[in-house]
Amino acid sequence: MTGPLAAAGMIAAIVLASTAGEVLTAAAMKSIGDLDDIRAHSGLPGAIRAVLTCPLFFAGVFFLALAFFSLLFALNHLTLSLVGPAAASLTVITNSVAAKLFLKENVDRRRWTAAALICVGVYLLAH
Amino acid sequence: MSHRLKPDQYLVLLAVMICSPVGDSCLRRGMALLPPISLYDPGALIAAIFTPWIALGIVLLIGFFASYLTALSWADLTFVLPATAFGNVIIELISYFWLHEHISWQRWLGVFLITAAVGFVAQGPSLTTHPDPNAGRIPSQVPPPSEAS
Repeated sequence: MTGPLAAAGMIAAIVLASTAGEVLTAAAMKSIGDLDDIRAHSGLPGAIRAVLTCPLFFAGVFFLALAFFSLLFALNHLTLSLVGPAAASLTVITNSVAAKLFLKENVDRRRWTAAALICVGVYLLAH
Repeated sequence: MSHRLKPDQYLVLLAVMICSPVGDSCLRRGMALLPPISLYDPGALIAAIFTPWIALGIVLLIGFFASYLTALSWADLTFVLPATAFGNVIIELISYFWLHEHISWQRWLGVFLITAAVGFVAQGPSLTTHPDPNAGRIPSQVPPPSEAS
């Protein structure tokens, strides 16, 4: 029997790892530049090389993998109907906060509203 | 701040929306066609990769990741997020129209809210631009790069 504190910890681990992965991947792609332009100049191999030579990209993939294994671990102890919607909807909010803090994105009222709607929408889809 | 997308960039976002749910559906269909696989038989798991539905699912998921990375290279994370969430809506539509599953009113409400969120974000700019700190200064006043940082 998993207690509420342990359940919250497992879901928090998924959300934090997933948010770190998404933000690092986004930061990596911004540092590389427009992939469409790179592909136009250097072709597809040049675009792939640009991504695969960026250390931030691998840091992002590492955290995304960590989120995946955290999800598998949580599913071993908790039900999918709890972990799925909780992790998916909370990740939308934490991604928006992290994008504002670390990527300095202009998360205006329109984007906050969208994040809240997605959060509730994902929760409803699981029920 | 009026970053509007070009038609081919909308196609990339469409690929983000479609490839993930359709890829997941292919994996689910492919795995359902196979007999139960034990963790003690990794050979059967590797053989599963080469079955048509699972191979198609993997190709679509690689397509999703490639288009997701491309979208992040010219758009904000908070602009691309609703597109990835829209994959949930596509799964519901596939369930209703293709698999003829019953969708409760709560799930239709969820579909409506996510669709509304995509509409909200799509109306705005795709990329945050930060004002140039040296804008309006004459060249002699602009510090050299080492001092500016």
